[in-house]
Order: sequence, then C-alpha cells, then structure tokens
Amino acid sequence: MPERELKKKPEPQQRESEADLSPAVAESGTKIKAELDDLLDEIDEVLETNAEEFVKSYIQKGGQ
Amino acid sequence: MAIPKICGIETEYGILIRGVAESNPISSSSMLINSYLSLLEGDRIGWDFEDEMPGNDARQDQRLLSVAPEVETHLVNAVLTNGARYYVDHAHPEFSAPECIDAAQALLYDRAGEEILLQSMAAAQRQMPDGQEIVVYKNNSDGKGNSYGCHENYLMDRATPFPSIVLHATTHFVTRQIFTGSGKVGTEMPGVRRDSVPFQLTQRADFFEEEVGLETTLKRPIINTRDEPHADPVKYRRLHVIAGDANMAEVATFLKLGSTAILLAMIEDEVLDDLPQLAHPVPAMHQVSQDLSLSEPLLLADGSSMTALEMQWLILEHAQNWAGSRGLSSVGEEVGEQILQRWEEVLNGLDQDPLSLASQVDWVAKYRLFQASMERHGLDWSSPRLAAMDLQYHDLRAGTSLSRRMGLERLTTDAQVALAITEPPPETRAYFRGRCLARFPEQVVAANWDSLVFDIGESALQRVPMLEPGKGTQEAVGALIDSSADAAELLQRLK
Repeated sequence: MPERELKKKPEPQQRESEADLSPAVAESGTKIKAELDDLLDEIDEVLETNAEEFVKSYIQKGGQ
Repeated sequence: MAIPKICGIETEYGILIRGVAESNPISSSSMLINSYLSLLEGDRIGWDFEDEMPGNDARQDQRLLSVAPEVETHLVNAVLTNGARYYVDHAHPEFSAPECIDAAQALLYDRAGEEILLQSMAAAQRQMPDGQEIVVYKNNSDGKGNSYGCHENYLMDRATPFPSIVLHATTHFVTRQIFTGSGKVGTEMPGVRRDSVPFQLTQRADFFEEEVGLETTLKRPIINTRDEPHADPVKYRRLHVIAGDANMAEVATFLKLGSTAILLAMIEDEVLDDLPQLAHPVPAMHQVSQDLSLSEPLLLADGSSMTALEMQWLILEHAQNWAGSRGLSSVGEEVGEQILQRWEEVLNGLDQDPLSLASQVDWVAKYRLFQASMERHGLDWSSPRLAAMDLQYHDLRAGTSLSRRMGLERLTTDAQVALAITEPPPETRAYFRGRCLARFPEQVVAANWDSLVFDIGESALQRVPMLEPGKGTQEAVGALIDSSADAAELLQRLK
C-alpha cells in the first residue's frame, strides 16, 4: 500500500466582514434570482397551476 | 478486517391519483406495478419502450420477465430480471434495488428504479380513464405529518458487536444530514407550528423519536434493530438504515451510501474508539436538520460540543487514515477513492459556500430555487406555491420535474441506467437471481433475497439457497447459466 497523502481540513478562512457571520446560506434572494432567472421562467411554466389544491390533495398514509 | 460492504436502497414512492375526488393508494399502487409487469409480458400491451433501451433486442424480452416471490401476499409483489423486488408496501409502490457491490452501483440501481417507475406511470396511463393520471413522487413526506421511507441496507460482519454499531452509526446518521438532506418547507413535528421552521435540511428528521428500536412506521428510531439478514445469520448482519432522505441529486445518493459504507467498515475494523458521542441524539437530529447556518454546536457526551460539520470533518479524517492503513477493498478501491474525494469536496463547500453545492446536494438546490422564486413573486415561506414546488421537486416526469431542470450533476449515464433496468449487478448473488429469471422464466417459480425455487418437472420443487450475498456472481456462474439448456441442466451442473 503506497503512502497516502492525508488531506486535512483546511483552516477556516478569515471572515472578511461582519456580514459574513450571518447564517451560511443567507445569501440575498436578489443575487440568486439573477442567476436563476431563465430557470425560473421555465419552472413557472411547468408548476402546478393550482398550487393550493395540489398541496391539499397530496396525502400519503401508511408509510414506513 | 472489514467485509465487503454490499449494499442497496429501497424506496417507497409517494403516489397521487390526479383527476379523481377520492382514490385508493393501495389499488393505485397495484395498478401501477401491474401495468409495468404487463409491459414486460409483451402481449397485453404493444412492446413500445425498446427505444429507451438501446442495445437490447425487444424480442428477447418478450417473455415473462418477472416472477412472484415467495412471500405470500394479496398485494402485487414481483422480482425483476435486474434482481430487484418491485411491490406494494403498505400504501406505496416500493422499488427494492438488488444487492450491489459498492455505492456507485447502488446509485445506478436507484436511478434504474426511477426509470422503472416512470415506465410504470406511462404504462398505467394507457389504462386510465381520460383526465386521470397516476403520479409518483420520490420524497419522504406529504407535508401533513405522514412519512414514508428510503431505506439503505449494508452487509455487516455478525462478529461486530451491535452496541458499537449503535454508538458510531448514530453520530454519522445525525451529522450526515448536512449533505444527505433533501430539504423541506416547514416542520411536521407533533405539537409544533408548521411555520415555526421556515425551511429545514431534511424531509425525515421530524419523524424520529427514539435512539434505537424496531419500529419503522411510528416512533421511528435513528438506529433500526430489525435483524433479518437475508443471508447466513451466523456470519452476517444486514444493517437496515431508515434515517435517510430519498435523494434526487446523484451526488447526494452516492455520498450518503459511500460515507456510510466506509463508516460501517471502520466500525468493523474498530478504528473509531475516540470518535465523540452525542449527548442527546434525537434532539440533535432535529437541531441539525433545522440549522441552516450549519454552525450550531451539538452537546457531546463528554460535556464539550461540536457542530455537525465539525463532526463530519472528524469522521472523514478517520476515514482517510483508515484508508491509508487498511486499504479500501471493502468499499471498492476506485469507488472508495471517489467517495473520499467527494466527501472532502462537499464538506469544503459546506464550510465555505453552501450555495456552491446546488448541483450536488438536494437541500441546497431546493433552498436556492425557493429563495429565487420568493424574490421574483414576493412570497414568504408559508406560500402554498413553495409547498407545491417542494413536492414537484421530487416529481420524476421529465415534463414536470423541478429537480431535473436544476442541472444536478450526473454520476451515471443514460445508457448505464437503461441497462440496469433489465440486467442485474454482476458482482453479487443478484446476478444469479436475475439471470436465472431471464433465462428460465417458466422454471423459476419463486424468488427471494436468499433463495431461488425451481420447478424442473420433478415431483419436488428444487430450492437453491443463496445465503452468501457475494456468491452467484457473473464470473462464477454466468457461463454456466448461459450454456445450460434449461434449469434442470443448470441445477445438475451446480451440484
């Protein structure tokens, strides 16, 4: 068995500003929306037309 | 020395009948599966899905390609030529993938299961009245307090004491949620306001109430004690894992199985003695699932604390050391390297920029999509539109699936998946089961995980026990099965 190079967890990066200390996934919706605009167009087209009715009808009993 | 981590996934699918006021999920599940089985028989319904299986001659498949398993039940229950079991479990269609040699293969057969469900839906559609449709969802919750499982199974050495499995696997099952979670809007914990948790990492965490137990449908335990090895009980244990989400992201499925296979192999090799233990695993399970910041400390048994991410780094470090000293043969040399590499990449991503994992981890993909949608439409987390998207993320149909539009990274190819719909994994006993079924459909009268029963025209049925999950491989019996004219000749030559 050849020697394996053991990879260690990198040191935590220095946080650059106070804002980065907020929740890890609290990136602004605006930025994500800009990235996903085309996808959102497509998804809005295929999404259930009556969301409320669809969600209400989805009942699953008797599962493990 | 750790034994080969033969593994597999069983998935219960959510089922919805569109276009009717009231429906019976049991009869609908039966119809769905029967429609698929009829398709295989090739007479009742025209053979028209050959286009989806390049390389296969449809004529070869125009024979009975399924058989009833030994378990007597009034519900539909079939074994397929790829070695899988396809049946109605409780009120859901369930696909139990065949025994696989490693995590990559188990992923492949999980994906083949999705395709089988898709073909089932298409076949069922032709028998449904206009305006009605059966749709399945690969998720684990209806958002109303009802859950159904995506279970994993791993072969383990019976000699390994169960308490050490409980100790270390619990740590992993609680903390791996940070990359295995499929994401969910709201909470379904009894007595807790649904909107008190806007979004959480997993579908399943809400439903876990015990640390260890036998139940799978209520008071679900983090460690399930079902002791049904489906193999030589003196040598083997089958660890039945119920604490995971069904994943749409292939990377998530691969890493869920791969990291767990390595963890269990390390337990067998007794290299985890210094791994910290959680003080309160059940509350920790909920806490990890609800912590979008990935930074909440979990109380440990020794009074100190660590985050789930830190604990995963620690397990990975053990895994890297273990690989260096013991080798990766128990989880597959090449696949083992891929698991370790991917594990490290994903933990790095979670450390530095979780949103960078949107093509690999389901909860991230979902979260990102929901954020964007809320921004566009001015919604908040309680919007029915988000609840609908949450369900539709898990829709399998190409025309309507949200997850299939999100650019999720593929680890399998379409051609591999197509082949896995009919062909068994070559490296386990699933090969013997599946191949015998394909070659001698009229002579296989019953099949089960650990035996196959033949009728070769004699007064007594012939049972072939398959108590060794790693035997009956293509290498060992492939030529024998293929060169035998019938099952009688095969059994004679196997003696």
